[in-house]
Amino acid sequence: MFEGISTQLLFGQVLLGLINGSFYAMLSMGLAIIFGLMSVVNFTHGAQYMLGAFIAWLLLNYLGIGYWPSLVLAPVLVALTGMVLERLLLRPLQGLDHLYGLLATYAVALIVEGLVRYKYGSTGLPYDNPMPGGINLGFMFLPYYRLWVVVFSLVTCIGTWILIEHTKLGAYLRAANEKPQIVETFGINVPKMMTLTYGFGVGLAGLSGVLAAPIYQVSPSMGSSLMIVVFAVVVIGGMGSIVGAAITGYMLGLVEGLTKVFYPEAASVVIFMFMIISLYLRPAGIFADKESV
Amino acid sequence: MNSLAMAREPDARASAAVMLKIDNLSAWYAESKVLHGMSFDVREGELLTLIGRNGAGKTTTLRSIVGIVQKRTGSIRFRDEELVGKRTFQIARLGIGYCPEERAIFSSLSVRENLFLPPVLREGGMTDEQLYATFPNLKARAGSQGTKLSGGEQQMLAIARILRTGSRLLLLDEPSEGLAPVVVKEIGEIIQRLKAQGFTIVLVEQNLRFARMVADRHVVVENGKVVDILSNAELEADMGRVKSYLGV
Ligand SMILES: Nc1ncnc2c1ncn2[C@@H]1O[C@H](COP(=O)(O)OP(=O)(O)OP(=O)(O)O)[C@@H](O)[C@H]1O
Ligand SMILES: [Mg+2]
Repeated sequence: MFEGISTQLLFGQVLLGLINGSFYAMLSMGLAIIFGLMSVVNFTHGAQYMLGAFIAWLLLNYLGIGYWPSLVLAPVLVALTGMVLERLLLRPLQGLDHLYGLLATYAVALIVEGLVRYKYGSTGLPYDNPMPGGINLGFMFLPYYRLWVVVFSLVTCIGTWILIEHTKLGAYLRAANEKPQIVETFGINVPKMMTLTYGFGVGLAGLSGVLAAPIYQVSPSMGSSLMIVVFAVVVIGGMGSIVGAAITGYMLGLVEGLTKVFYPEAASVVIFMFMIISLYLRPAGIFADKESV
Repeated sequence: MNSLAMAREPDARASAAVMLKIDNLSAWYAESKVLHGMSFDVREGELLTLIGRNGAGKTTTLRSIVGIVQKRTGSIRFRDEELVGKRTFQIARLGIGYCPEERAIFSSLSVRENLFLPPVLREGGMTDEQLYATFPNLKARAGSQGTKLSGGEQQMLAIARILRTGSRLLLLDEPSEGLAPVVVKEIGEIIQRLKAQGFTIVLVEQNLRFARMVADRHVVVENGKVVDILSNAELEADMGRVKSYLGV
């Protein structure tokens, strides 16, 4: 197909790009949901992703609870701790400059990462692949677990999109994004809704973490390294645009993968080059005016 | 009731129970005090207007009732409940519907979603059929984006969406503002119909012609205080008195 480039390598990188894109999409969607409703740039997101993976590891190694129950349990636990965090730390900062929320969530991220590193060290903890094996497609070998990650993440993103764009609950969320006080005059407890939304958004991060555990190793810094890219994704997609965040996530995962094939030297910076160009051309984000959520 | 009172208040509603009693209400935006001890009552089934110049404090009065302005002292009693100290959503759940001056139609929601967003809080609200019968335009445009409607349609939508919820007290902030005379007339007719259906209404209005067409009584607000309260008959009899307050 392309001279000097094997189809093995090409499809392998496309798959890797899709996998990375799956995590970018789920994480940036959660960030966008939280930012849209609460105007909080949630810097704890990476730590909450790590926490999802880490809780799954703890459940397995201390209680013998395997991957599948953890896929439900760990995100719920991350969501619950998130809701406590929102009540104790973020709610008092409501109405102040965005910077306070950003700094506060960043501080929490450092503390959480620090605690995990202190207790378990910074080397990665292995997590067994719950779906070993794969199929040979002829042009490449497709591991089952990677297929599962891509499919599951797509379903999660589409499900979240339907929830927000096509349900009554989503209508409250979109309305409260725009005019929280007016939504409150309809008898809706908007502060409670914010707590639940924060829980949902970070629950998505926790879910991504569990998904990631068998692929990447479980380590305290697994979130912070990923989050730099995820923030770039959110900026490119348009802060607060939920659909934009998801689409941009997949797209940039693919771009990154393809760059590895065609010009490997640029692979680690291509996303940031995209960010600079998109900020220059469309400062509000690619999806900013089509999608107000 | 003696004949003197009858003469002063020819309206039969004078004898109706007080639904909303505002007593010595003061309110602040941050450090700046905007309401300075307002007092007035709204009776069950009555249509009361708040009139007064720009910046007099009419909108702030409504925002204080619904708790959007949280910093307030004095008393606002709705039936048996004290509203000062309550949060906005708690106040709304008692059955108070608020239609803000800026209309506040949601651009990320369709007309239908805007209309059905406020949840039904108690019994006695309009059914969907009654609602669409009263506002046929909204049915025709149900799928459009909320903010694509004309100004008049957006105003209708802002009123319509609080009629399903079972709220019996409606706070309407200048529904006639910025609309063409035909649309103002249409909205006037709708408000009269709501009154006939037994809604209690507090209407902020600068348009005197519109106000006297629909109201039972008028509360004149000046610099965050109530300076006069007159029945509609008194207003008709002495337009000069009110015009001097409004400076028109
Ligand atoms: N958000 C705010 N922050 C600070 N001051 C405000 C705010 N909103 C209104 N004010 C001030 O409070 C006073 C009363 O304003 P309010 O909006 O209640 O007047 P109004 O009678 O509704 O006027 P209009 O007829 O122009 O709507 C004005 O002096 C206004 O400048
Ligand atoms: Mg006003």
